[in-house]
Amino acid sequence: MSTPKTSLLCAAALTVMVPCLAQEAWAGNEPSRTVAQLPERIGKFEERAPAGPTRSSAAKVGDIDPAKAHFGVGQPATDMQIAGFNIDAMPDGRGLPPGQGSYAEGEEVFAERCAACHGADLEGNKDIGAPKLIGGRGTLTDAKPVKTVESYWPHASTLFDYVHRAMPMDSPGSLSADEVYAVSAYILGRADIISDDPGTTLDAESMAKVEMPNADGFVSDPRPDVRNKE
Amino acid sequence: MPKDKRFSGSRYGPAERHMAESLVEIERRMLSGQSEEEDCDCKEGMFNGLTRRNILTGGIALGGAVFTAGQAAADAPPGAFEYPVQPDPTKEQGRMILDDGGYGSRSQFENELRWRYPTASLDSSWSMTPLASGHGIVTPSGLHFERHHGGIPAIDPRTHELILHGMVDEPMRFTVDDLKRLPAVSRFCFIECSGNGLTEWKEPTLRTVQGTHGLTSTSEWTGVRLSTLLEMVGLSDGAAWILAEGSDAAVMTRSVPVDKAMDDAIVAYAQNGEALRPEQGYPLRLVLPGFEGNTHIKWLRRLEVSDKPFMTREETSKYTDLMPDGTARQFSLTMEAKSVITFPSGAMKLPRPGFYEITGLAWSGRGKIARVEVSADGGATWQEAALDGPVLPKCHTRFRLPWTWTGKEAVLQSRAVDETGYVQPTLPELVKVRGLKSVYHLNAIQSWHIAQDGEVTNVHA
Repeated sequence: MSTPKTSLLCAAALTVMVPCLAQEAWAGNEPSRTVAQLPERIGKFEERAPAGPTRSSAAKVGDIDPAKAHFGVGQPATDMQIAGFNIDAMPDGRGLPPGQGSYAEGEEVFAERCAACHGADLEGNKDIGAPKLIGGRGTLTDAKPVKTVESYWPHASTLFDYVHRAMPMDSPGSLSADEVYAVSAYILGRADIISDDPGTTLDAESMAKVEMPNADGFVSDPRPDVRNKE
Repeated sequence: MPKDKRFSGSRYGPAERHMAESLVEIERRMLSGQSEEEDCDCKEGMFNGLTRRNILTGGIALGGAVFTAGQAAADAPPGAFEYPVQPDPTKEQGRMILDDGGYGSRSQFENELRWRYPTASLDSSWSMTPLASGHGIVTPSGLHFERHHGGIPAIDPRTHELILHGMVDEPMRFTVDDLKRLPAVSRFCFIECSGNGLTEWKEPTLRTVQGTHGLTSTSEWTGVRLSTLLEMVGLSDGAAWILAEGSDAAVMTRSVPVDKAMDDAIVAYAQNGEALRPEQGYPLRLVLPGFEGNTHIKWLRRLEVSDKPFMTREETSKYTDLMPDGTARQFSLTMEAKSVITFPSGAMKLPRPGFYEITGLAWSGRGKIARVEVSADGGATWQEAALDGPVLPKCHTRFRLPWTWTGKEAVLQSRAVDETGYVQPTLPELVKVRGLKSVYHLNAIQSWHIAQDGEVTNVHA
């Protein structure tokens, strides 16, 4: 029950403009919880205490000037803090992490971490919603196009980015950068987009140079494209 | 300490606790056959309105309601408690105030539910709003459609932060508490999944309006304008796109144009007057009025400013529209004008000829709905429907039209026109341009066939 009391104390402190606002101190003292406490009862009529003003994490309130977006709220993000979240990779290679992995290593990673859903031959499994990863080139104009990494995805960086952030389904984000480079080399090798020589290796530099078969297959939104008449 | 630990001090005030404990004591005595005359602190007239007489007639049931407070009985629909139904509610006191614990519930006689489209994966799936039974323009938060790419995370807002970085002057991070200290804005807007109707391109597939159109919902969203945050961090020259990233198992990402971010984007922490529902992104969600649903990143944790789009999986492999020539359209972000008649609609049956009010919803990602027309003859003739206010930009708009069904076959359609003059197309017009493989962004006119026996079915007319 120390939490609401602390917050009441801080609310009181705020009203007399005493800066007690260091986020680290606050978050560090916070016990972990699985639910919220019900609002405290206060006063003669046992009213429920209101939530009250929340705390700014800013170390100092500083000069307030709403017109210039100076609110004394929030705090600078350090490079280290950003690095902890900054996992995206872009087509030109920006964001791809250090590391490397080979087709042969990727074959092992795939067998261990991916094949259970996507199939030993990367053929996918419709019953569990795991898409086919390779094949389908030249089918995009067919009545039943086969959209895969090989036939449809315009950028190799997307493969790295998505596997790194969200795969495998049963343990998302658990593959190391080396493992993701390796499994990317394996998938792209199996798709004949890069060499399927076991020694073929991908890293940040080579990944950005991979040319995908459908790289030029995308156009920007031309709508409104249909003009109905009243 | 309360005598009975079921009535804890955190949940019950002293008066409520005394009342509940007294009821338990009365019930105990009744069940054990103890005499009325025996002295107890549960005497008649002890509290207003509750007499020994109505305890005898309805008291046990009332006590039962106390016992079940906070947990739904198995037979009650989700979101409801099962209370004893009174034969004549004017002849006995109703159930006790706050026996729901202080957070209300719907009637035990209301049963609308979201319905999950049977995707193969449960982790990446969607559920749809029961539009047929909706009223007005707001979707109850508990019925707002869902689309998850990696399940629904449970996040403690005290440990959640939003980080803004990339092409900015000063990267910053904000706690949820920080965001609540900033100037806020509230607005109503629809969110529609670009996959709404994806089963309906080739032939009528799903039977109900929930199945054909239930991936659109409207809420009032409250939060901080994204432009406020971007002004705080300062955009660098050349900033053109922002990556929005969620804190779910999919670490869901989309690239958003800076122009949209500066225009009307909101970092929302509230929906319909209370905190966001977990399945709607608690504690923070990006709201991009008029844009396709998957860009409204839930569980928002990071915004990275860049000069180019990031080309994430959800804007390349998915949510792109394959055209007949084999090219695919990308960043089709705005949801175009659309409407649907929600009553009468698929799988209903009109009991007999007579008066029916046709009603439905219209919306446009480009602005306000200017007009909705309704046809009862498959599009041969059209009649303007009344727009039931408020008519808000990028928001569901309710339309109504009185109609008399004569008992003859009919095909009901609605056609929306938005303030840009865009007219909702027919399906053949759409298919002529886009073919049958584009999956997303189906906004064609919907047809409901009324058979002579009153049966309403989904048809392509």
